[in-house]
Amino acid sequence: MRASLRLLLTVLVLAVAAPVAAQAPERPLERQITSFNEKLEIGISTDEIAITSDFRGADLTIFGAIDGFDPNLLAQGKYNVVVTLEGPKDNATVRKKERVFGIWVNMQSMTFELVPEAYSLSSTRDIATIAPPRDIANMGIGVDHMRLVPLGFFGDGSNLGEFRNAFRRLREESGVYQRDPGGVQFISSSLFKASVRLPANVPNGIHVVRAYLFRDGLFVAAKALSLRVVKTGLEQAITRAAHDQPVAYGLLAVALAAITGWGASLLFRKD
Amino acid sequence: MTVYLPIAELSVNIFVILGMGAAVGFLSGMFGVGGGFLITPLLIFYNIPPVVAVATGANQVVASSISGAITHFRRGTIDVKLGTVLLGGGLVGATVGVWLFSLLRRMGQLDLVISLLYVVLLGSVGGLMLWESLGAMRKAAKNLPTALRRPGQHIWIHGLPLKMRFKKSKIYLSVIPVATLGFLIGMLTSIMGVGGGFIMVPAMIYLLRIPTNVVVGTSLFQIVFVSAYTVLVQASTNYTVDIVLAFVLMIAGVIGAQYGVRVGQRLRGEQLRALLALLVLAVGIRLAIDLVIPPENVYSVVSGGFGY
Repeated sequence: MRASLRLLLTVLVLAVAAPVAAQAPERPLERQITSFNEKLEIGISTDEIAITSDFRGADLTIFGAIDGFDPNLLAQGKYNVVVTLEGPKDNATVRKKERVFGIWVNMQSMTFELVPEAYSLSSTRDIATIAPPRDIANMGIGVDHMRLVPLGFFGDGSNLGEFRNAFRRLREESGVYQRDPGGVQFISSSLFKASVRLPANVPNGIHVVRAYLFRDGLFVAAKALSLRVVKTGLEQAITRAAHDQPVAYGLLAVALAAITGWGASLLFRKD
Repeated sequence: MTVYLPIAELSVNIFVILGMGAAVGFLSGMFGVGGGFLITPLLIFYNIPPVVAVATGANQVVASSISGAITHFRRGTIDVKLGTVLLGGGLVGATVGVWLFSLLRRMGQLDLVISLLYVVLLGSVGGLMLWESLGAMRKAAKNLPTALRRPGQHIWIHGLPLKMRFKKSKIYLSVIPVATLGFLIGMLTSIMGVGGGFIMVPAMIYLLRIPTNVVVGTSLFQIVFVSAYTVLVQASTNYTVDIVLAFVLMIAGVIGAQYGVRVGQRLRGEQLRALLALLVLAVGIRLAIDLVIPPENVYSVVSGGFGY
């Protein structure tokens, strides 16, 4: 217990001493919190995660502390924390199949602008009970409140909800969008530990860890950290080569096939 | 034992892939076909994304046709001049094909078009082969002599301009039908991941009247280069060639082919063709069923896209 506390303190010191990663782009929400005393600090032991090719998903632990808290409210359990891990963003296209002359064909499609490739949420309780749903929605916390803006969209919008729901469901089913209402735990009065899930198919790139502090249903403070996810190993080297050096990669693929075919004809030659 | 395929982005059982490669290699050795038209649908059945299956299938075709091409080259049964004209058309066709491939992929219709093309092609080729081989078997049972191919009269194809003398094949033929045939096969190579020998060989024999002794070698000559070119273009425009998958397939494939050749030599021609026809039809029917039954999920999501 004492050893873990010491580790925790070290991590916290590290987090305070290394503010480089802490300056990720923030939402304008932070302006309204100046009237509160509470401050939030979070830290991860590293700002870069190297993932090997046999990676099957893991939990990332983030430590945090609340400064300037009200001891009475804390004792009553009025403080709640939500931690999210948001992956790099890209457009995503949802397609819907329909039956045409007996064959299932992709007919309608909708592209959502710059949505996260991965999203994990952890909180002290179910986020619906932490703050009024409208506040949560305005802050865009959680998969249900993620901003899904259709790109180049001309329809009447009647199928917008349908495609948004399908998108959320598909991403949750594939495991890249996850939630854990209990993943944040207070380990002492004002120190908390959050575990967010890194899915097995975690995308490469800059991920952003965001922590939100709520006091009695009111948003108080937020903090963000960026985290670089780098995949390593042979498979990753191949993927990189395929995208960065496509011509050399193609030549290698052809050469490999030529050598295999030619080698076999030499090996099994009868005459 | 699972192996992660970096481009297909999924983990597969390596023994399933090895078995697939060996089985198709065996069949291709037995029937003397490239096997691309079997490998690509099998990969799709095993949940490999069709975009990857097609590009990787073309890579496997390079390996499986190159040893045949070398053998024919040694024997001198390749008409290089004819092959070069075919190849010219083939390269243009493959370029157009890859362009179409990218376009269809952006539109979200690529998987459908690949499946439809396979159903049509496998259905018609399999049906014709079955018909022909059953007829031959019936005649053999009645002890009738099998109909010899007559050199045949000249058809309209032989009246086309831009004629060229192909010394090795001993024919004087317009380059237009030859390059067109190459073009069409090149398109099939890049959209379907097949070598196209199973269409090119009959087309060369029956339509262009090219002597049978140079047909197989010359078509292999064109297939090696067109499929190699397709792999290069697919790799550099669509990034869909999975080198790990291709390598496992081709290693198993070339070994399987050696045993297939030995078994094939012991079977009779028309029986062999009837078997191949049944196999081709079965794969076509399976693909057709997948198009018709209601999908598990009518929605699908992909990263990227431009909003149309």
